[in-house]
Amino acid sequence: MPSSSPIDRDLVLHIARLARLKLEENEVDTMTRQLGAIVDYMADLQQVDVQGVEATAHVQLDRLQLRDDTPQDSLARQSVMAQAPEAEDGAFVVPPFVDES
Amino acid sequence: MSPKLLPRSVVDIAASVRGGEVSAESITQASLDAVAARDGQLGGFLSVAPDLALQRARDIDLRRERGESLGPLAGVPIALKDALCTKDQPTTSGSKILTQGIDQQGRAIDPWRPPYDATVVARLRAADAVFIGKSNLDEFAMGSSNENSAFRLARNPWNLDRTPGGSSGGSAVAVAGRMTAGALGSDTGGSVRQPAALTGTVGVKPSYGRVSRYGLIAFASSLDQVGPITHDVASSAAMLQIIAGADPADGTTTHHRVGAYREACSRGVAGMRIGVPAEYFAEGLDDEVAAQVRRAIGALEENGASISNIELPHTRHAVATYYILATAECSSNLSRFDGVRFGHRAHGSQTLREVYETTRGGGFGPEVKRRIMLGTYVLSAGYYDAYYRRAQQVRTLIRRDFEHAFQSVDLIATPVSPTVAFPLGSKLDDPLAMYLADVYTLPASLAGIAAISVPCGLGSASGLPVGLQIIAPSFAEEQMFQAAQVVEDTAPDREVIPQACQS
Repeated sequence: MPSSSPIDRDLVLHIARLARLKLEENEVDTMTRQLGAIVDYMADLQQVDVQGVEATAHVQLDRLQLRDDTPQDSLARQSVMAQAPEAEDGAFVVPPFVDES
Repeated sequence: MSPKLLPRSVVDIAASVRGGEVSAESITQASLDAVAARDGQLGGFLSVAPDLALQRARDIDLRRERGESLGPLAGVPIALKDALCTKDQPTTSGSKILTQGIDQQGRAIDPWRPPYDATVVARLRAADAVFIGKSNLDEFAMGSSNENSAFRLARNPWNLDRTPGGSSGGSAVAVAGRMTAGALGSDTGGSVRQPAALTGTVGVKPSYGRVSRYGLIAFASSLDQVGPITHDVASSAAMLQIIAGADPADGTTTHHRVGAYREACSRGVAGMRIGVPAEYFAEGLDDEVAAQVRRAIGALEENGASISNIELPHTRHAVATYYILATAECSSNLSRFDGVRFGHRAHGSQTLREVYETTRGGGFGPEVKRRIMLGTYVLSAGYYDAYYRRAQQVRTLIRRDFEHAFQSVDLIATPVSPTVAFPLGSKLDDPLAMYLADVYTLPASLAGIAAISVPCGLGSASGLPVGLQIIAPSFAEEQMFQAAQVVEDTAPDREVIPQACQS
């Protein structure tokens, strides 16, 4: 069955950029084909009458209870930083992301 | 039957350890010996902690000798799905991205060691359970066959060429393979129930909010729940008893009363109204599965339940609804794996954006990438209303189906999986086919209600386990256990030992 979904190679590359996901060249075609098949299947929902039906974001929102706002110890900074790929002076180190030139 | 097999019941082990009839150390050693003997073949574990486990067991024995009281799960060997954080212990979520690579034996190199325990882990420890190791899973709990683990294949103890199911496949293998008495899994769309069904074990998906998610590495936060996998219903009840309840660290946990689950198991089903939805017995259900499920429903009736036909008309839209909502949530949750705070960072990146893209591109496996892509797509500008919002509306309709049904019945009985365990590799190239097999477990997840998978015999053609699903309204776990116990008591083939445990 030919795909009726709007998924094509350019859209896959666009989504991958939004998702901060580098796809290898050989992954792009497979991803296009597989996402196309899945999104075709998702069209199933277009036949459901949802007129006036409220959306469920979460089943629990109507029964949540807030806890008291009491200050508590958080995790020790050192134990958290110890797992970072690169850390210095209690901060995560990343390549520069503001161009100051 | 081998006399050396680890006892099956969590309840019996705890009672014998507490009563001093057996030492926690000998039970722990038996569990570790079983792992050493069988797990090379079964692939249930990603890491094992023998020294810690034995040290802990000896401490329990020492405390008993001193006359101190022991916790309700004293000395019970437990496997923890590796999506659960264990303080200072390897935690990978089945992904390369939380490691510095994979060695030739398929083991994680320098995996992440979380600075804290998941609440469920801390609660089991406080109950004096003994953790044997971290069990295998589909990467980030995404999959239905455990084949998406970045590390190793998990095999079904009943037939080594078949899947144990997923995503909590390793947890089910640990229990079905008689390596631990109990395990914790996590269930987002069936990830505890389906592997339990495929391996002949009991698996519980508690009501949403019943069990804390703090320290469970998130996949889809509006759906994820932690639940036990055990050999029998009473053992699952005993484990749920410990892990259930409000947690200040998870704002979605409920203050609703925790039931008396163990006690509920012996109450029977006399006078209970159980609904059977036609939609769950439609095309695609294997005959051998249908036969055992119908036999089990007949047994419930013989034990005094009244059985009626019900309708859950939006069932067929559950797969599309789930795979839109769950992937949307996953694309957001997994943005934290960016090579900055934990796990792997790709080398040689010049910019922060490159760090993100190469770390994630190289760190995630194919299924996780597919789901992040799908989730990003359904949330992206221009598609949000057509997919995401619409799926949330259909989720409401699926919830209403159940609300309507529960006006006339107390529980709902269905199959868990349309087939018995399928051959490894048979669905790997067809992700949609894999998704479609989740159709019977997804609706209860979307509705946030409770469900359990109970073994109800072996398929007549395959000789492989079949699971019956009991679905209950939110926080009606007690009634769920009542019926589950009757299913267990009336099930055939209870004493058959899986192939892998016979030698």
